[in-house]
Amino acid sequence: MAKLMPLLEPLPVGSYGKRSSGWWGLLALIVTEGSLFGYLLFSYFYLASQALEHWPPDGLPKLAIPGINTIILLASSGFIWASERCLKNKKMRSSITLMAVAIILGTCFVMIQLREWSNKSYNMATNLYGSLYFTITGFHMAHVVVGVIILSLLLLWMILGYFDDKRYLPVTIGGFYWHFVDGVWLFVFTALYLTPYL
Amino acid sequence: MKCGTDFCIGLLAALANWPASALAANDDAPLNYFLHSYGPSSGPAMILGWVMATVCVAVCIIIGVLLVAAMARKRQPADFRDIGHEEEGLAWVYIGTGLSTCVLFALAIYAMITLNAMAKPATAPGLTLAVTGYDWWWKVVYEDEDPDRRFVTANEIHIPVGVPVLIKLDSADVIHAFWVPLLAGKTQMIPGLVNRQWLQADVAGVYRGQCTQYCGVQHAHMALEVIAQESADFKNWQEAQRQKAILPSAAPAADGLKEFMEHCSGCHAIQGTEATGDHGPDLTHLNSRRLLAAGLLTNNPRQVIEWITHAQDIKPGSRMPSIALSSSERADLSAFLATLN
Amino acid sequence: MNPIAKNSPDELLIRVPEFGRAPLGSEAEKRLASLWETLPGWRGWLATVDHKEIGLRYLVTAFIFLLMGGVEALIMRVQLARPDQALLTPEQYNQLFTMHGVTMIFLYSLPILSGFSNYLWPLLLGSRDMAFPRLNALSYWLFLFAGIFLYVSFPLGQAPNAGWFNYVPFSSLEFNTGPNIDVYALGMVLLGISTTVGAINFVVTLFRMRAPGMSINRVPILVWGTLTASVGNLLAVPSVSLAFFLLWLDRQIGTHFFDAANGGKPLLWQHLFWMFGHPWVYAIVLPAMGIVSDALPTFCRRPLVGYAAVALSTMATMLLGFEVWIHHMFATGLPTLALSFFGAASMVISIPSAVAVFAWVATIWLGRPVFNTPFLFFAGFVMLFVMGGVSGVMTAAVPLDFQLNDTYFIVAHLHYVLLGINVFPVVGGIYYWFPKFFGRMMNETLGKWSFWVMFIGFNIGFFPMHIAGLMGMPRRIYTYSGNMGWNTINMVTSVGAFLFAAGILIFMVNVLISLKRGELAGDNPWDAATLEWSAPSPPKAYNFAVIPLIASRHPLWEDRLNEGEARSSLDEGYLLMQGRETLATTPLDAKPDLILKMPEDSYAPFYLGLFSALIFAGLLLHWWDFAGLMAIAAGIALTAWMWPGRKLEQSVPAMQPAKESEHG
Ligand code: HEA
Ligand code: HEA
Ligand code: HEC
Ligand code: CUA
Ligand SMILES: [Cu+2]
Repeated sequence: MAKLMPLLEPLPVGSYGKRSSGWWGLLALIVTEGSLFGYLLFSYFYLASQALEHWPPDGLPKLAIPGINTIILLASSGFIWASERCLKNKKMRSSITLMAVAIILGTCFVMIQLREWSNKSYNMATNLYGSLYFTITGFHMAHVVVGVIILSLLLLWMILGYFDDKRYLPVTIGGFYWHFVDGVWLFVFTALYLTPYL
Repeated sequence: MKCGTDFCIGLLAALANWPASALAANDDAPLNYFLHSYGPSSGPAMILGWVMATVCVAVCIIIGVLLVAAMARKRQPADFRDIGHEEEGLAWVYIGTGLSTCVLFALAIYAMITLNAMAKPATAPGLTLAVTGYDWWWKVVYEDEDPDRRFVTANEIHIPVGVPVLIKLDSADVIHAFWVPLLAGKTQMIPGLVNRQWLQADVAGVYRGQCTQYCGVQHAHMALEVIAQESADFKNWQEAQRQKAILPSAAPAADGLKEFMEHCSGCHAIQGTEATGDHGPDLTHLNSRRLLAAGLLTNNPRQVIEWITHAQDIKPGSRMPSIALSSSERADLSAFLATLN
Repeated sequence: MNPIAKNSPDELLIRVPEFGRAPLGSEAEKRLASLWETLPGWRGWLATVDHKEIGLRYLVTAFIFLLMGGVEALIMRVQLARPDQALLTPEQYNQLFTMHGVTMIFLYSLPILSGFSNYLWPLLLGSRDMAFPRLNALSYWLFLFAGIFLYVSFPLGQAPNAGWFNYVPFSSLEFNTGPNIDVYALGMVLLGISTTVGAINFVVTLFRMRAPGMSINRVPILVWGTLTASVGNLLAVPSVSLAFFLLWLDRQIGTHFFDAANGGKPLLWQHLFWMFGHPWVYAIVLPAMGIVSDALPTFCRRPLVGYAAVALSTMATMLLGFEVWIHHMFATGLPTLALSFFGAASMVISIPSAVAVFAWVATIWLGRPVFNTPFLFFAGFVMLFVMGGVSGVMTAAVPLDFQLNDTYFIVAHLHYVLLGINVFPVVGGIYYWFPKFFGRMMNETLGKWSFWVMFIGFNIGFFPMHIAGLMGMPRRIYTYSGNMGWNTINMVTSVGAFLFAAGILIFMVNVLISLKRGELAGDNPWDAATLEWSAPSPPKAYNFAVIPLIASRHPLWEDRLNEGEARSSLDEGYLLMQGRETLATTPLDAKPDLILKMPEDSYAPFYLGLFSALIFAGLLLHWWDFAGLMAIAAGIALTAWMWPGRKLEQSVPAMQPAKESEHG
């Protein structure tokens, strides 16, 4: 009878790098959140394809400000990435600065988006398009706000010294979530702002 | 196995329901589409049903027999702690699944062919109706290019025998489903969407229909009747329905008309009067219909007045209120309603 | 090896896992027990994260919901026993059948299986807990609160009343003004969160928490079933949560998603509901089929025939399950081509089911069946599955479904599959694992009685429903008139329903008696093959004193099966006792990867669940400020939960320098 031999090499202890459970958990969360947005966009296209009047009712969406806003959001993702890298390379200071910049950019996105909202001539209850527009962008906005809160907590924890070149897992995970929020925006943006031009 | 026998007993019970005559009026089970079909829009589905039921019963019996045999089969005595080999037995899975796949594909193709055959009538429809579902009754519009020849009725649809009829289905409130099982399958009536279905009766008779999509408190009592008539009878009926009501001039019916205008005209229409309400059934030819309140009561003067005064007891939650009437009002109204032939 | 470990000078962050034995009563074993046991008393009760405790709670709660849904059904059956009865008002009947469906589908079917999986997974996989023990607790609390939430309005006569699939516009504000539909909508969103976090937990547990050597082709089928169901839930639940959320917006904010008068589409609801609904019905049977695939072989004295085929068919079913939702919408007037496609797809979905059925039959045929109670339940299940399945195939034939749809034939189909594939395996599963749960056997005589009464009652109760359906009886009617030809059938059905309930009653009596007076079980009373039976009955708080090494699919049968060369090592394994620890392994071939620090008991899940439920209560009652306040409270609870520890090993204080224990 062959006996199984144990592996007697050293193993990392605790939550470590991408192999941590948290990272896997986030991946699963992203799958389900991704499908949530999938169903939202399905609803949008389902209703839009059967709309009788003009779609969108008050003409094609203007692209300039939302376009800039998209760039702001994508840029924030870049800063998060850089911040994490700095953290791993023991550049605590730059890491904190970069994280702060990312948070500011995220907040800018929220402010600009709020302005976009208040400039609309319709609201959620005015017409079907309004319902869709505000619900979809609202869902995304909620994710951005949660993301900004998470990033702020990460920043706080960095400043309090909870993280260093070995303990950066929450930053990886939080950053990953933020990248997801940004990625989803591309889909939302394409659906709401670009497809009406097709 | 127990369920195999159950299935057989059940099937026998169903067969026992087979009526001796092929007359369309099957009083014992007016919705039994599995044993009765009177038109090309339900016949192929019934046969498909038999074929599928046979195959499915056969599958159940085969598996049941295999299971019982597998349990009862003689085996060489062996110690409880002996364990069989894992690798054996895959042939079961291959053969079983292979056969099942063939049967399933055959059934799928058969179903598709049937569906295509039933999708459209063989000849162009000879009559077009618009049926609208209301909580909990049916409005039926016989359309015509000439607006004067168009007419409206409720809960009772007359059609000529042997002619395909196109039915446009719509809803005034929630989703209902139009289903006259002996003539055709069901189709949902969805607000904001006009669905179509067709049916044809090959035998004259009365066919019961029923709303099948759950639509609220009185979903159970949302029935209708389709009456298939020879073409001459149908023409006569149509002509009669096109007539406006003849207004009574003498008491008590004339007083009854006033009562009606006062209490009822907001909801009910009578052609030829100022009553044009459209929350309830058109009552112009009330007495021409066999049943009242979407199939719930037989139509006779006593039941009519009973209904008017106790609608909420007879059909709780119905959109028609129970109307409090003094006995003289009652008599007048009765007299008036009796003129609506 | 891994670069982090190599570069790291920090000894706490990397260590060789201790290898050895820890027999019951040894120092090491005592230490483990003290590490893993929860506090006694109500504190421990609220704070526990032990998967066994949570699993049992799931089982008990879901079973109570089964009883509640069952009593509702029995009342309905009294009303329907004879024509023109007036025991219930139409409105009462409508609330009853809606709550019956909602309870059975959402509060019983999946949660009961989550109970089994929660209890069993770590034991089956050779781990000390689930990947996220606290998330597990959260998932239970949310389930409990959502269930209470859905039921609070019932005594007030304001329960949901639009059927479990709640079609608009009947469920829109215009036609349903009371709070009933809002209760349903908000309750479902809340429950959706519970299901989702539960599903995430299962997925990550499978990929991370198996004992070394338990490669992906060695996990029990129950694990495959729950994994598939969980992935399915992750993809499908957002659909229904979204639908209910949009409905709530329509009702409370005045949006127009389903409002036909303003361009909305009632059909959108049906699509969103069934895109979820169909995958869901497989999610509530695949784990139950897994129970049978794992437990039936024990009583056939041989391994399951076609393990790989059954595992693959599990996944294939779920995959196809996402392709057939339209078969609930055949009568909505969609184009013929679409109907043909979805009809055919619905038939194709039977192929993987055939694989499983023939594998089970072959297992019995080639084995030497032992006719214990669990065996009877599992064999009965096979028969009921086939009967329920083939009636599904009949409804998948589109032209036939134009007739069958919304009749009692569908009611018959859904009870055959739901009771046949869920309730029977669940009851059988309780008979099977009861000794593991409580250390005592259940009574065989009562067991056989309960099976036969349930089985016969079930068939008398539900088989005639097929015929009622073929005779045109529509579903969801509160009464019917005596001249429709349905009188006898309904009487028989009602009698059968009560007989079935009597079977359940016998089962419950059996549970209560056996808890007190059952024969002592020992570790492995059935001589079963899987890992959970190597642990004591009931298992200790830490599950496995040593994390075993696994060499085959049937660790406890290896010697008799002659599977391969190697032998699993169950008594000797990784000790891991510097705090609550267990081993993480690689996703596919289960090589040791990481020593995991598991969380201590915590109140955070309870508070987070409570505050989340209160948010929804606030939304229901339009106490917006209150809802906002509770959202902040929930945020604080979550932040507290996530607060990182100073140490890399997070909250657990380092016990001793790692070096000292490197003896292995
Ligand atoms: C437990 C969950 C469960 C399961 C597993 C199934 C399994 C199946 N269901 Fe069912 N279904 C429901 C739960 C389930 N269903 C519910 C709850 C509803 C009603 C919802 C409502 O309206 O309230 C419903 C309704 C429903 C409908 C809609 C009917 C209507 O409303 O008009 C349809 C239509 O196609 C359908 C089809 C099928 C098919 C084809 C299968 C297949 O997966 C079955 C496959 C299995 C077999 C076929 C048996 C084993 C196979 C063999 C032994 C091989 C040999 C077989 C042949 C050759 C036929 N189901
Ligand atoms: C797992 C799911 C499940 C289960 C187990 C059941 C179990 C039962 N169901 Fe249900 N049913 C559904 C799922 C389920 N049902 C669904 C999804 C619908 C569709 C709803 C809709 O249309 O929206 C439905 C609809 C439905 C209808 C159709 C209603 C209608 O369309 O008008 C009927 C009618 O007879 C019915 C009957 C029964 C009966 C008699 C039982 C019996 O098996 C119940 C047996 C009884 C018990 C299990 C309880 C035992 C109780 C005791 C022993 C007493 C002890 C009590 C205490 C200690 C308090 N069900
Ligand atoms: C508020 C609206 C309303 C008022 C007022 C009203 N009805 Fe009705 N009536 C209805 C509705 C709705 C129905 C269909 C009820 C059903 O079948 O569920 C109906 C049905 C009927 C029917 C049965 C018709 C058929 O063919 O089935 C008769 C007869 C009738 N009403 C007569 C009257 C009379 C007479 C009055 C006045 C004394 C009256 N109604 C007042 C709404 C109203
Ligand atoms: Cu109309 Cu049911
Ligand atoms: Cu389905």
